[in-house]
Amino acid sequence: MNIVNLINALPGACAQGLIWGIMAIGVYITYRILDVADLSVDGTMCTGGAVCIVMMQSGHGVALSMVVATLAGLLAGMVTGLFHTCMGIPAILAGILTQIGLYSVNLKIMGKSNQAISVDKYDLLVSLRYIKNVAFYRNTIFIAALFIIVIIALLYWFFGTELGSGIRATGCNETMANAQGINTNSNKVLGLMISNGLVALASALLSQYQGFADINMGRGAIVIGLAAVIIGEAVFGKIFKNFALQLLAVALGSVLYYIVIQIVLWLGIDADLLKLLQALVVAVFLAIPYWKGKYFNTPRVKKEV
Amino acid sequence: MLEVKNIYKTFNPGTVNEKVALNGLSLTLEEGDFLTVIGGNGAGKSTLLNAVAGVWQVDAGQIIIDGEDVTKLPDYKRAKYLGRVFQDPMTGTAATMEIEENLALANRRGKARTLRRGIKEEERALYREKLAKLGLGLEERLTSKVGLLSGGQRQALTLLMATLQKPKILLLDEHTAALDPKTAVKVLTATNDIVTENNLTTVMITHNMKDAITYGNRLIMMMDGQIILDIRGEEKKKLTVEDLLHRFEAVSGEEFANDKVILG
Repeated sequence: MNIVNLINALPGACAQGLIWGIMAIGVYITYRILDVADLSVDGTMCTGGAVCIVMMQSGHGVALSMVVATLAGLLAGMVTGLFHTCMGIPAILAGILTQIGLYSVNLKIMGKSNQAISVDKYDLLVSLRYIKNVAFYRNTIFIAALFIIVIIALLYWFFGTELGSGIRATGCNETMANAQGINTNSNKVLGLMISNGLVALASALLSQYQGFADINMGRGAIVIGLAAVIIGEAVFGKIFKNFALQLLAVALGSVLYYIVIQIVLWLGIDADLLKLLQALVVAVFLAIPYWKGKYFNTPRVKKEV
Repeated sequence: MLEVKNIYKTFNPGTVNEKVALNGLSLTLEEGDFLTVIGGNGAGKSTLLNAVAGVWQVDAGQIIIDGEDVTKLPDYKRAKYLGRVFQDPMTGTAATMEIEENLALANRRGKARTLRRGIKEEERALYREKLAKLGLGLEERLTSKVGLLSGGQRQALTLLMATLQKPKILLLDEHTAALDPKTAVKVLTATNDIVTENNLTTVMITHNMKDAITYGNRLIMMMDGQIILDIRGEEKKKLTVEDLLHRFEAVSGEEFANDKVILG
């Protein structure tokens, strides 16, 4: 257990954390704003990478490939949204159906279960190799951070518009939203599309970063996303009140998550047990608000009108 | 302003829980009418309001608002014409959003929601002025989250939201029933002020016979999904709770066995 090994691994953990931070912001949109746990992201987290890698292999530029990857995510989100709103399927099940369907779609996109892309042959935007000894503007940490800042700025603007406010109202109180003339169904579809679009974008970055897209790269993605949301809120919730800062907290939560994982690995835990650990940690964090309400409930003082 | 023609609604048809909630009900309201609706539990009062609001489609019949047939329109499209206040103070507002954000959402009722700013600077002055009229001190708390407000404050805010864009019809579903008596009076007074000031066509369900008599220019009593009493104009002005009870017994052939309605 040489501390130097850990320190050497931290920049990589940061880069990975920031890329997953984009994904976690997507999860935040459905989980916190729309109040829906969208499981389609486990599929989308592969779709984006698959589309991006296959397009680059066939000679398209990295920018176009990533745009198309994001569009594929939007489409996947739309499918979940339509399952939910037009076909009346409960949101959680609609997400699972999309996720299962995407498994086949992802295989068909890639033609096999994984596709590699070499950083030597292709002009990748981010890579494991671009962590050390590169100009700062080529550094993956810098690029991923830039993505996050731009995405937060765009989302901050969007959720402040009439349309974005309508989506927030839809997630908060559907009856009220309907009574104010808001089409809650179309808003849910839109929210799911934005969320999955971001997840696919994160997936496109991740597949470049690790140098391949793999059919299993999205497995359990929802849990990592939720972990990032919960850690971000637990650590920064008291100081970050503004919406943009809350999104930033989610991204930072993801970075913290990957640093913790790195430390746990450094401590020598069996890597096979990681997912179990992950699931237990998220379960406990999800339980905390419930336990608080149940066992530490202070009687509310009646407010005067 | 409102024409309800022979509407029917049955819940859970074909099951043991089958319930005929509206049974060929017709009702016409002129512009500026303030109708109060009373009746026992299960009489179909809320069902009538929900039918007008479009929460679901009626089984048969027609609903016309200001000359337009809205029978087939979903609730979010009818919202253009309607202001609604619900019994539960939690229902009418978005708890995690600010007071001014809630008002801004309501101010765009019936309009296309675009990528323009969700709330403009000049709107805030209007909101502050309208909130001040409620006399609850909310004008100083524009950016407070609505979840922090009391039930009475939320109900008053919902009322303001329902009338910010003048609705063709204001629907009040026992909107003071969940409040303590003192707060209920405040909200009811605010309601009457807003309705009178804007000459709003209003339907108010209440459990309180005295309120039903005091407010409005027309009163209907419902039973089994039908209107069994319809009192208006001069006749309503002279009405007392006792009259109402006698007339109920005469029409229905049974005693009005609902303490909540009598005692209010």
